[in-house]
Amino acid sequence: MRALQRLLFCVVGMFLAAPLVIVAGVSINEKQTLAFPPRGFSLAWYAEIFTSAEWRSALFASLGLAASSAALAVAIALPLAWFMWRRFAPWANAVRLLGIAPFILPPVITALGFLSFWAATGFYGQPWTAVIGHAIFFVTLPLVTLTLGFDAIDRSLVEAAATLGADDRTVFRSIVLPLIGPYLVSGYAFAFVLSLNEYIVAYMTVGFTMETLPIKIFNALRYGYTPTMAAVSVFFVAIAALVFGLIARFGDLPRLLGALSKPR
Amino acid sequence: MKREPPRRLADYGPIAFPALLLLVFFVVPFGTMIAVSFFRRQQGGFYTPDFVFANYERFLSAFFGHVLGLSLLLAVVVALCAVAMAFPFTYLLSRQSRRVQTGWLIALLSVLSLSEVIIGFAWSTLLSRTAGITQVLAALGLMAEPAALFPGYGAVLTGMVYQALPYAILVLYPALVRLDPTLLEAARTLGASPLRAFFDVIVPALRSAIVATLIMVFVFALGSYLLPQILGRPQHWTLSVLITDQAIYQSNMPFAAAMAVFLVLMSLALVGLTLLAGRRRGS
Repeated sequence: MRALQRLLFCVVGMFLAAPLVIVAGVSINEKQTLAFPPRGFSLAWYAEIFTSAEWRSALFASLGLAASSAALAVAIALPLAWFMWRRFAPWANAVRLLGIAPFILPPVITALGFLSFWAATGFYGQPWTAVIGHAIFFVTLPLVTLTLGFDAIDRSLVEAAATLGADDRTVFRSIVLPLIGPYLVSGYAFAFVLSLNEYIVAYMTVGFTMETLPIKIFNALRYGYTPTMAAVSVFFVAIAALVFGLIARFGDLPRLLGALSKPR
Repeated sequence: MKREPPRRLADYGPIAFPALLLLVFFVVPFGTMIAVSFFRRQQGGFYTPDFVFANYERFLSAFFGHVLGLSLLLAVVVALCAVAMAFPFTYLLSRQSRRVQTGWLIALLSVLSLSEVIIGFAWSTLLSRTAGITQVLAALGLMAEPAALFPGYGAVLTGMVYQALPYAILVLYPALVRLDPTLLEAARTLGASPLRAFFDVIVPALRSAIVATLIMVFVFALGSYLLPQILGRPQHWTLSVLITDQAIYQSNMPFAAAMAVFLVLMSLALVGLTLLAGRRRGS
């Protein structure tokens, strides 16, 4: 039984890691070829992400988009989650459903909706349209983490504060905000990482005016392979692992993903 | 401070901003898309407001029937494969220490967040002749010479299961990690082998979670828009790929929108049917 269990973990682990190992191998080729096992060793393709003007501008475009869209997503999710926690209003569930729908629907639907919307309003291709697009598309993530965060607040704390005369603003600043802080950060981080990797919404809103890294990789797939693509992919996996590792380090990752609170 | 209904206008203030943004930037674009699906297409990628069913009439062709059948079949197979792998894995994962769980969750989230572009690129490299797994197999003497394993149906399927697996695991995780451990203990005390306890007690207890996961993964797989394009041949293109292709490369927005509306209706109908079937069986 133990052996069977270990075997299953190995198989799943290898399946998940295999393509990434190959890509990592390809990324250290010395010449401009996608050979595996790699021929020679060079980290030049990693340097290329930062030194080549094209890749660097794609990197900055992606980072800027991810940072601002995740901020907007949190700005949408926070008041909504607060309202649902503070007020008794069943109709507000409809608003929450709107926040979750874009994430459940096939992404191509959301993307096409944005394409037709921006084309109709005449803003098609403006860089900020992608920020709004990603914020709406990923608002689900901070919404879910923040809802969990609010659920974890001990209401007697809030009641004690209210009895002592604190108003909503004071309660929010002195009790709620410190308690939901970790959930706020992890919601932002989830939205950030996913926005960094998102292709179809970005492509359908700003695909012809701005190149994010996923768009750049896709274009490179069609018009000529280079090991830089592999280097960027490894770079992305590393960023994701780092961000989720930090969330796990400073927060309770299993609980964020649905486990019960840590037994104390 | 109890939850109380909003009374004054100012009480509604906080929800106004999220509600407005979601309305303007989700509901309105969705509505625009539905409207465009009835528009008339002009030459050169333009379209004019109209109310015609021409875009929907194009569905009534053998080609479209084939694409639809392929998309649905592919999504069903991917959902079944992913959940069949994910369920035993997640079950065992949920019995591990919190530390081990956290490590796996980090890995799963990292793979889940990967762009479809990167997954497609990674698998096309792994399955290629020059840089692929067959190079390794040939070097080990297990294969006569390296060969390309893509494009093909198998490659599309593998890539899509890869993409869906972490998703399936993370959807199953809450149900399995909260499962009462005494359930298994009782079965074991009564003399059931671990495997028998798993199939006779754990699986039936979580039937509704399994069905829900199958549906979620099915819809998720139906939305895959790049992998069939990168790893397959044009005859493996699914509805989502076709929508992207019509919208971007053929500049036929009305037809793309009609297909998108159809895709939404299709997913909703199948989800509804499955839920209905589940409820009937449950009662």
